[in-house]
Amino acid sequence: MVVNSVHWFRKGLRLHDNPALQEALNGADTVRCVYILDPWFAGSANVGVNRWRFLLESLEDLDTSLRKLNSRLFVVRGQPTDVFPRLFKEWNVTRLTFEYDSEPYGKERDAAIIKMAQEYGVETMVRNTHTLYSPDRIIEMNNHSPPLTFKRFQAIVNRLELPRKPLPTITQEQMARCRTQISENHDERYGVPSLEELGFKTQGDSLHVWKGGETEAMERLNKHLDRKAWVANFERPRITAQSLFASPTGLSPYLRFGCLSCRVFYYNLRDLFMKLRRRSSPPLSLFGQLLWREFFYTAGTNNPNFDHMEGNPICVQIPWDHNPEALAKWAEGRTGFPWIDAIMTQLRQEGWIHHLARHAVACFLTRGDLWISWESGMKVFEELLLDADWSVNAGSWMWLSCSAFFQQFFHCYCPVGFGRRTDPSGDYIRRYIPKLKDYPNRYIYEPWNAPESVQKAANCIVGVDYPKPMINHAESSRLNIERMKQVYQQLSHYRGLSLLASVPTIQEEAEPPMSDDSQASSSTAGEASSPISAPSTPPNSDPSTPNSSPTAAAPGAHTHRKRVRPSELPSKQKSKVKHTNQAKGVEQKTDDMQ
Amino acid sequence: MSNTQNSSLRPPRMKRRLSRDCEDSTSSCEGPADSYKRVRQPAEDPGDLSNWARLPQEILLHIFQYLPLLDRAFASQVCRSWNQAFHMPELWRCFEFELNQPASSYLKATHPDLIKQIIKKHSNHLQYVSFKVDSSTESAEAACDILSQLVNCSLKTLGLISTARPSFMELPKSHFISALTVVFVNSKSLSSLKIDDTPVDDPSLKVLVANNSDTLKLLKMSSCPHVSPAGILCVADQCHGLRELALNYHLLSDELLLALSSEKHVHLEHLRIDVVSENPGQQFHTIKKSSWDAMVRHSPKFNLVMYFFLYEDEFGPFFRDEIPVTHLYFGRSVSKEVLGRVGMNCPRLVELVVCANGLRPLDEELIRIAERCQHLSAIGLGECEVSCSAFVEFVKMCGRRLSQLSIMEEVLIPDHKYSLDEIHWEVSKHLGRVWFPDMMPTW
Repeated sequence: MVVNSVHWFRKGLRLHDNPALQEALNGADTVRCVYILDPWFAGSANVGVNRWRFLLESLEDLDTSLRKLNSRLFVVRGQPTDVFPRLFKEWNVTRLTFEYDSEPYGKERDAAIIKMAQEYGVETMVRNTHTLYSPDRIIEMNNHSPPLTFKRFQAIVNRLELPRKPLPTITQEQMARCRTQISENHDERYGVPSLEELGFKTQGDSLHVWKGGETEAMERLNKHLDRKAWVANFERPRITAQSLFASPTGLSPYLRFGCLSCRVFYYNLRDLFMKLRRRSSPPLSLFGQLLWREFFYTAGTNNPNFDHMEGNPICVQIPWDHNPEALAKWAEGRTGFPWIDAIMTQLRQEGWIHHLARHAVACFLTRGDLWISWESGMKVFEELLLDADWSVNAGSWMWLSCSAFFQQFFHCYCPVGFGRRTDPSGDYIRRYIPKLKDYPNRYIYEPWNAPESVQKAANCIVGVDYPKPMINHAESSRLNIERMKQVYQQLSHYRGLSLLASVPTIQEEAEPPMSDDSQASSSTAGEASSPISAPSTPPNSDPSTPNSSPTAAAPGAHTHRKRVRPSELPSKQKSKVKHTNQAKGVEQKTDDMQ
Repeated sequence: MSNTQNSSLRPPRMKRRLSRDCEDSTSSCEGPADSYKRVRQPAEDPGDLSNWARLPQEILLHIFQYLPLLDRAFASQVCRSWNQAFHMPELWRCFEFELNQPASSYLKATHPDLIKQIIKKHSNHLQYVSFKVDSSTESAEAACDILSQLVNCSLKTLGLISTARPSFMELPKSHFISALTVVFVNSKSLSSLKIDDTPVDDPSLKVLVANNSDTLKLLKMSSCPHVSPAGILCVADQCHGLRELALNYHLLSDELLLALSSEKHVHLEHLRIDVVSENPGQQFHTIKKSSWDAMVRHSPKFNLVMYFFLYEDEFGPFFRDEIPVTHLYFGRSVSKEVLGRVGMNCPRLVELVVCANGLRPLDEELIRIAERCQHLSAIGLGECEVSCSAFVEFVKMCGRRLSQLSIMEEVLIPDHKYSLDEIHWEVSKHLGRVWFPDMMPTW
């Protein structure tokens, strides 16, 4: 029987570690790689030009790589539900493959497409690679509800078998077996569109710092690992002024668009750590950012209202203010607080800001100062932030606005002091708000306090050349702490005087992370692997990095790994688990006495 | 009871509310709906007198007290007796008016028809009333309109609560005052009054005192700029039953503390002071140690809650002498030196929250606090730095009395003795329970 495959790219814009694409190639006579894009929708969607540029560059890069394999990328204009029936007929498609999308909107869209494919007699194959773990699996292991604390999430991850090994890049031989005729007018019909075609005016932006695509992602990954190896320090990095600027080793936008496989990143980090630390097993903190991403994906997968306050079961209902004027000032960097304005300017110009900078502006917009809903902030990030994943964006905003996950709300970032601590010289401010470049360090974070003579000397009068602060921070933080206390006391039914005690304690946090038996059960649980992940790992599964560790190169690493894992546990980890049991025991004892 | 009145209780908003309640617990909405069906039929057949209709009012009342307003409204349409129960005064003693404008708030408002009906039929039953108001002036105005109609009621508690920006402050002062005075004059037994962030003034407080001095137990009026130290002194002098008081530092005086600790005065339970600077470099007056001593002698168990929102250079007059503060909150950056003084001069400290500090570790300061603040049971640290060893030492010294320990991960600086991974278990050991530092997502 003839097999005509279509691989549908959405995220996962790469040829390495792409199991769904491998499935498309597997025994197929023809394979077409498709990206579906609606140019009409593009201009109106709430997605900024930097994100579109990044996407188009990633598609260009995919097309270039496919050309090297004597294939091409087909960018099809339209909506998936309209496009597929046409393609199924035109190309006589028998197999459709794509990467699993765990987000509610994606699941709904994919379910419709799968149903449609069935009607056309097209077999669909879906593989989970956008996250390290299956969100559903984690939920199942947490008694069928998503973990609400990161610690709990880490404890569950600790019980899971390691993520599946990444697959190698598509080879020329694989592609040669299922070569597809490319028509003369391919560029015309299926070429990657330009920003102009999508309705964006481009004025030769020279500022664009992040170049989309798998090729760039792999270069960055190598630099990232080189730097890690050179520093040989896997501890939490100290934040310096330099951290605030876009780094040539930053990876988050590449993970967002799937130009870089999170599993490749994961295993590269792990292998490097084990090489440098004599095979000691890496701590979870090594994968911090990757795991936070997983955490929010898990929290959002079954919650279609995850990006709303109303109707969102995990979201605290907070009486935020509607204030379009104040919101616009924040979004456009006109708050009069140089630290906030510099961050928002960097976000608008480059599409990326450091995570502490995200904390600063998110806190300022919501519970810290302006008391505006996190939903509004999330939408601005959705437009501007290259790495804004739906789940991670909404989840982080809820976290930072103390709307979910039960945070202590006294942690408010000061829009003056926080920046000054991070970058006392104010270089970051001068770079993004050139108007303030001649302010002395002492006043650069609070220019309104500079004497008039200083303002004149710096050629920037506050209130004329640069806005006055839009809010009195001391006053607003006083008000907002009271507001948050009102909300949280209502939740916790706490009426005492303690500010800290007014935040409800979440049950799962009080439980010990996991018991020792978990190690025994993890191997059995491992058998029930998720239906959406690849059925078996091909023998040569390690990524083609020259320095991959000897264990990783072992064939059939998957089963091997499962058996080995318990003894692999670092002794410290074990003692920690024991300790938590002891601690729990103590707690119970004191409870009994009362 | 006329049906029109009941139907006015069923605007679309309430249906939405109902469906939300359904999500929470099915029983709460199935109950009334089911009984509605069941009761209706027997009512049509007079031969089989319904037991439901003969349910004694006391029982009905008891049941109704457990139902949310909306469910009571539905139940009230079942029969005459249930409708009568719906209007029993006991069910209208406590009410929370939510006044929000769709343009400025995400939250729903109390329906205007319901407000009308309450004013008409139940205002004389109201005793515990609060107004939650969003950031719009219209909502604050609406609250005042309702207040000025509460002429024939005698409130025991009144709370004016701004849920977003302090919108009462935007009203014309005279308008607000006249509305508030209606309540003060008509309610002769007001015991609890929360009017933070409002334009209340000295003359209106005099009216309050003239009418309610025997009953007033709680007065919260943080950030009321139109009140003077003399105004609050008048309250303290006359209201001897006052047990809880919240105000800003500029109203605090030696005279006030002495008045509160006079023989005639009951023991004070809570005193909350907000220390806010209006403009940078503001000079703050000092309170004599002898006045605080008098307060402690008079009310040995009183809690002194202090919230500071000051610039670092404004702390000059504070913590120079012993101060009986129990709950201390620093909302802005506070210097090492001031925290050092806190350790020396706050022997009654129970809770300490430090939002921010400079770049130098707070090691010695924390150790001193652990040493000298023997009652400390809660601490929160935001943008500060502490070395891991000093922190472990601190926790060891305080031990299990630390029931709240909220430390941002970034606060803890690893040193030669402890890494970040080790500290969680070391601290847990001393606390006798599992403890982790607070973290923010790396994103």
